[in-house]
Amino acid sequence: MSEHHHKETFVTKYIFSQDHKMISKQFLVTGMFMGIIGVFMSMLFRMQIAWPEKSFSIIEAFLGPHQTDGVMNPDMYLALVTIHGTIMVFFVLTAGLSGTFSNLLIPLQIGARDMASGFLNMLSYWLFFISSVIMVISLFVEAGPASAGWTVYPPLSALPQAIPGSGAGMTLWLVSMAIFIASSLIGSLNYIVTIFNLRTKGMKMTRLPLTMWAFFITAIIGVVSFPVLLSAALLLVFDRSFGTSFYLSDIFISGEVLHYQGGSPVLYEHLFWFLGHPEVYIVLLPALGITSEIISTHSRKPIFGYRAMIGSIMAIAFLSTIVWGHHMFVSGMNPFLGSVFTFTTLLIAIPSAVKAFNYITTLWKGNLQLNPAMLFSIGLVSTFVTGGLTGLVLGDSALDINIHDTYFVVAHFHLVMGVSAIFGMFAGVYHWFPKMYGRMMNKTLGYWHFWLSIICAYGVFWPMHFIGLAGLPRRYYTNTNFPMFDDLSDINVVITLFALVGGFGQIFFIANFFISIYRGKKATQNPWNSNTLEWTTPVEHIHGNWPGKIPEVHRWAYDYSKRVDPKDDDSDYLHGQDFVLQTTPLLDGEDPS
Amino acid sequence: MLALFYIFIAVAIGVSFWQITRIMNLRSVIATDKDNATQGKNAIYFMVFLYAIMIYCLIFMNVIMLPESASFEGEHDDNLFDITFWLIGVVQFIMQFLIFFFTFKYKGEKGKKAKFYADSHKLEAIWTITPAVVLVVLIGYGLWQWNNIMDLSDAENPVVIEVYSQQFRWDARYAGEDNTLGLGNVNYIKGINTLGVDMTDKNSQDDKQVTELYLPKGRKVHFKFRSQDVLHSAYMPHFRAQMNCVPGMVTEFGFTPKYTTEEMRGQSEVIEKTAGINKIRKAKGEDPYVFDYVLLCNKICGASHYNMQMKITVVEPAEYDKWIAEQPTLASVIK
Ligand code: HEM
Ligand SMILES: [Cu+2]
Ligand SMILES: [Cu+2]
Repeated sequence: MSEHHHKETFVTKYIFSQDHKMISKQFLVTGMFMGIIGVFMSMLFRMQIAWPEKSFSIIEAFLGPHQTDGVMNPDMYLALVTIHGTIMVFFVLTAGLSGTFSNLLIPLQIGARDMASGFLNMLSYWLFFISSVIMVISLFVEAGPASAGWTVYPPLSALPQAIPGSGAGMTLWLVSMAIFIASSLIGSLNYIVTIFNLRTKGMKMTRLPLTMWAFFITAIIGVVSFPVLLSAALLLVFDRSFGTSFYLSDIFISGEVLHYQGGSPVLYEHLFWFLGHPEVYIVLLPALGITSEIISTHSRKPIFGYRAMIGSIMAIAFLSTIVWGHHMFVSGMNPFLGSVFTFTTLLIAIPSAVKAFNYITTLWKGNLQLNPAMLFSIGLVSTFVTGGLTGLVLGDSALDINIHDTYFVVAHFHLVMGVSAIFGMFAGVYHWFPKMYGRMMNKTLGYWHFWLSIICAYGVFWPMHFIGLAGLPRRYYTNTNFPMFDDLSDINVVITLFALVGGFGQIFFIANFFISIYRGKKATQNPWNSNTLEWTTPVEHIHGNWPGKIPEVHRWAYDYSKRVDPKDDDSDYLHGQDFVLQTTPLLDGEDPS
Repeated sequence: MLALFYIFIAVAIGVSFWQITRIMNLRSVIATDKDNATQGKNAIYFMVFLYAIMIYCLIFMNVIMLPESASFEGEHDDNLFDITFWLIGVVQFIMQFLIFFFTFKYKGEKGKKAKFYADSHKLEAIWTITPAVVLVVLIGYGLWQWNNIMDLSDAENPVVIEVYSQQFRWDARYAGEDNTLGLGNVNYIKGINTLGVDMTDKNSQDDKQVTELYLPKGRKVHFKFRSQDVLHSAYMPHFRAQMNCVPGMVTEFGFTPKYTTEEMRGQSEVIEKTAGINKIRKAKGEDPYVFDYVLLCNKICGASHYNMQMKITVVEPAEYDKWIAEQPTLASVIK
């Protein structure tokens, strides 16, 4: 590919680019844009919770017909929550995270000139772009966007009589998601094929950096589960538009009996969560992969338990496809199924615990370079542990029965997947920014950004557990109709203040990101003294990644601080420095570890 | 409050911009020893902050939480919850300590060498097996309790009640003398027959439709849930009970009330929580609150989801018998 120089125009270079590095940047910027919308929405609805039915001019300005005198309408509250959830989970943390880093890193870290199919890769981005545009357009539909929760359970999502957002807004939601799924599938297939086939000489599967393993397994989960969501969505389209009754039965609404007979919403729940649960790992695993790489590099230590890490990724991936029922303990499904799902769900704690302990052991006796990327990775481990532990409560059907759909759940999943994955994404951006833009991000702003984010993340989500234990259901426009929740109002104000500060705090990141693209300090080839292949490519992007031959790989990715005498911590570095590029041949008699 | 809020935002934005422009001129990009030292210390400060809010919430938010279970079945839930919560609490404190303390302790310095430590089968075995053993206990107790609450077959002479949901209200139907509910279907909804009860079914005749739940203390209550439009969920937090109401299907759940409403009002946790609430209500000039059990909707169901509730009153069996006898049968209401 690098041999024949094809002419590049502005359009082929920046818009319809087939170069994985450009596509990755397109994913990132689109994801960031969607992220700003999603976070902004959460700030708006948090204001409603803290100061119920108080008038705000910013609500008046942004919500147009969906507010009365600066107070958002209950329908709109639900719409904001729904679109916030959808955008965050799918657009930011699936496409924005996987799309960005799989595209950037897969060819670079396995030693390939590009993805297996540059064209499909481009297609994947543009489908994602179109689906984002449709999702944004749905915000401007007259009756409001989809409002049945990000899980869009029918019958609520199927009947415009039940909630206005289930009209045109919901149609656009479904169209957008169908296109999104197509994009995600094309992308995933491309990642799988590329990792299987295009590894450079010497890059055995057992020498792949953990990022590659994480992206690889994530893509497999995506291919297994996203089609099921697509079918679920299609059947919902049939029920909505063509009079079928897959999910609907015996409904009386707005004074009439509808014709639907024999369907069941529980079927939809099964289909949805068959994707929905793996989806949280689709969100999380890439972040964990990124963290493994960053913690190892910046600790100047090999990742502890490389094989155990791969094993636990695989175990998590496998288990993630057989636990979906823990979202349905009180759905009316057979209690025996509940027992099975409790069992499989709690098993996931084991590989997750292994990962957490391995991260902590990697920090132990390290020489930690506390760059922003490293801090965000450490932050991820912290929030992953906090959020993961409450999974033991929710996964237990006997306990879930009392806290299902309360704020306890909201706190749990935000910490374990929301905040953790966002932190992984930030860590990745700080770490690979030099690879993307050839410049460095400012570290002082990075520090501000990190500390503000983690303080606010805990400030928002830690107290939220207790609101849930007080019995407050989620997706409530306000809790003022229940005097038993009156004593939660102060806490709700505190949470909202943290949310607002945390939201605004992202300005540090956005400013740093965009200013650094143009004015950041020029990067050196291997700024973090890392071992992996991407740092052997030139700083300036070229087609085909390496100017000459693709380098050959001789070792795994984690020979940091390798010693002459492995038993003696005071002995000299075997290779004269504390890192050894994967391209460095083994010395005579060197233990390949 | 509002003015304060706007001032706060304006200041935040102002400070951010000022800081950002100032900082972007410092072209330092990679952590130096000095940064490592500062950030290491920050990790400790943060750990203190984290411990502070964790402990603060654990202690001071006890009063806002739900009081002890008001159903016999829920006792084991509370037990299991306590065990799980203590366990994860301890693990949480240890793990967070390790994370942030290591960040501080092993912060990078020039000339320091990291330990080359890639593997240890012994350690890995330890942290695979330990969680596994702990889980056996949790799973075991959890499954036993799950069977306990979901098994409705062995109750003698339960009170059978249908809880009926629609946008945005709850109704209930008691099974009457024969303790069997008559059939229901949306096709029968007409006029005052709002629950769509099949009045040709002989079991329907003595059923009694009410808008509030009365439950006898100490007798098993067997709930059957129906919905006429979208999904709802009948959530009775004080009894540790919840079940979705699904159109086209009847779902079930049961429990045995342990305290009457009166008894619960005299319970110390409830008194404390009520006092806290009433202090707030008084400041706002609202009527005082008196404790009652409630049933809330806990599945998103439309605009007024947040206001879909039904009062539950638990009374002594004798009083319950009196109350239920006073309610008219469907046959006498629907002609
Ligand atoms: C600024 C940070 C964020 C804040 C303050 C925030 C706040 C909230 C709150 C309070 C809710 C529950 C509202 C309700 O149930 O009434 C919610 C829902 C949700 N959030 Fe976030 N969130 C934030 C970031 C994220 C992130 C990073 C994710 C990514 C996973 C995420 C995913 C979701 C999802 C999936 C829901 C559920 C939506 C639904 O109920 O349908 N959020 N958010
Ligand atoms: Cu799940
Ligand atoms: Cu509801």
